[in-house]
Amino acid sequence: MSKVLGMRCRECGEEYPMNPVHVCELCFGPLEVLLDWELLDGKLTREKIEKGPPSMWRYWDLLPVEGPPTVGRNVGFTPLVKAERLGREWGLKNLYIKNDAVNHPTLSFKDRVVALALTKAREFGYTTVACASTGNLANSVAAHAAEGGFNAYILIPDNLEQGKVLGTLVYGANVIAVSGNYDEVNRLCAEAGDRYGWGFVNINLRPYYGDGSKTFGYEIAEQLGWKAPDHIVTPCAGGSLISKTYKGLNEFNRLGLLENGGKEGIPTKMYAAQAKGCSPITTAIKQNFDMFRPQKPNTIAKSIAIGNPADGHIAIETVRKSGGWAEDVTDEEVVEGIRLLGRTEGIFTETAGGVTVAVAKKLMEQGYFGENETVVISITGNGLKTIEAVTGKLGSTVHIQPNLNSLAEALQTENLLASV
Amino acid sequence: MAVSVLIPTPMRKQTNEQDVVEVNAGTIASMVAELTAQFPGIERRLTDDQGVLRRFVNFYVNEEDIRFLEGKETPIKDGDTVSIVPAIAGGC
Repeated sequence: MSKVLGMRCRECGEEYPMNPVHVCELCFGPLEVLLDWELLDGKLTREKIEKGPPSMWRYWDLLPVEGPPTVGRNVGFTPLVKAERLGREWGLKNLYIKNDAVNHPTLSFKDRVVALALTKAREFGYTTVACASTGNLANSVAAHAAEGGFNAYILIPDNLEQGKVLGTLVYGANVIAVSGNYDEVNRLCAEAGDRYGWGFVNINLRPYYGDGSKTFGYEIAEQLGWKAPDHIVTPCAGGSLISKTYKGLNEFNRLGLLENGGKEGIPTKMYAAQAKGCSPITTAIKQNFDMFRPQKPNTIAKSIAIGNPADGHIAIETVRKSGGWAEDVTDEEVVEGIRLLGRTEGIFTETAGGVTVAVAKKLMEQGYFGENETVVISITGNGLKTIEAVTGKLGSTVHIQPNLNSLAEALQTENLLASV
Repeated sequence: MAVSVLIPTPMRKQTNEQDVVEVNAGTIASMVAELTAQFPGIERRLTDDQGVLRRFVNFYVNEEDIRFLEGKETPIKDGDTVSIVPAIAGGC
């Protein structure tokens, strides 16, 4: 018996069978997977999950696939790092970094959504997969397509960082660079639609893709000892991760898996983080707009530079419902955020992570986090992919000759001994 | 010449599977009215009960989002292409 009943429109409630469709025919609202809770309630236990593999697939019972994973078997279960040094700097005793910068295999949280979407694509019978991407999704779809023997077509804006382009080409995917920003790439992909019979990861496979992000929330709770944290700061691009993380925590609560859950709900407040150069979601929250207004992105945080966020409304609702807030930061603050996380925790994150750290700092300064409360910063991608953003901004190397005098001289003149 | 409207897949049941439909020059609002006259039932997909354009539907005139133009009152002229596109996920 299938654990999935079908799909339901998040906007108008119309129900649909499980098919590769992503929007409601009545109102164009996004479709969401409907799990059969009667099959799950009371039967999925902590013990059962703990016996599962050290990957996102330990939550297989809550994911919309019929069979076992066919690609991305090792994705997820990334470290939840207790950030002692950064916490001390900010006066927070329970600060954590959920570190998807080391997700397997392509070093971003996108591996979660793609492992699920391509496993589902195979179940639907697709042999070719495609995506529109700001970079991380491109890397992940290309890698998982290679692993699963799919043909892949990846459409990206033509101004992406080299690391993200090379990190897609290496897997043998067809990479199409579109002259325009991500929103334009997306519109083109929507117009191409199912003209070519491809499984479009972020279009016709979107309901499945989206549910991969729930595992980010499941893992945070399990790794905190089956507790929902007090605060989670999450970067927003299309706005999916923040609501799916929250959904994951609420599903755990529904199943009675949380120490601190209950009928009144979870304590977690969700915070949206964006760059000022692309802030439709945070602007709407801060200015109390009902609807976000689209923007033309202009920021170094390209992986989250989406001016017309598909799940923007849902992200805004999630933040409001949870009692959280939102902030946005300048490109200079983004670089400072990257440096801060590197210098205090030894974690090199990409620009989106710089946004999240810098926003968390701002929220901390505004007094949102209590000293003993549990705060989680969502780090979704790896800094080695966006070195352009920090090139020339991290100081320079000290050049010497290979002899002791030169070394001693350098240590004096550069005043390096003081910091040893 | 007329205005070409690109119809997205989820809406083609209403247009008898036509992926491009022609309408007269005017505005996005007049386009919605004309589409409704041609294909009864399509209005409910494009606008809500109050006649406001649905929030998960994006309209583009010659590749520009109408929210950067004049919204429902954005003019469309002969030779223009209007795309109707459902919102699409991406990033995080």
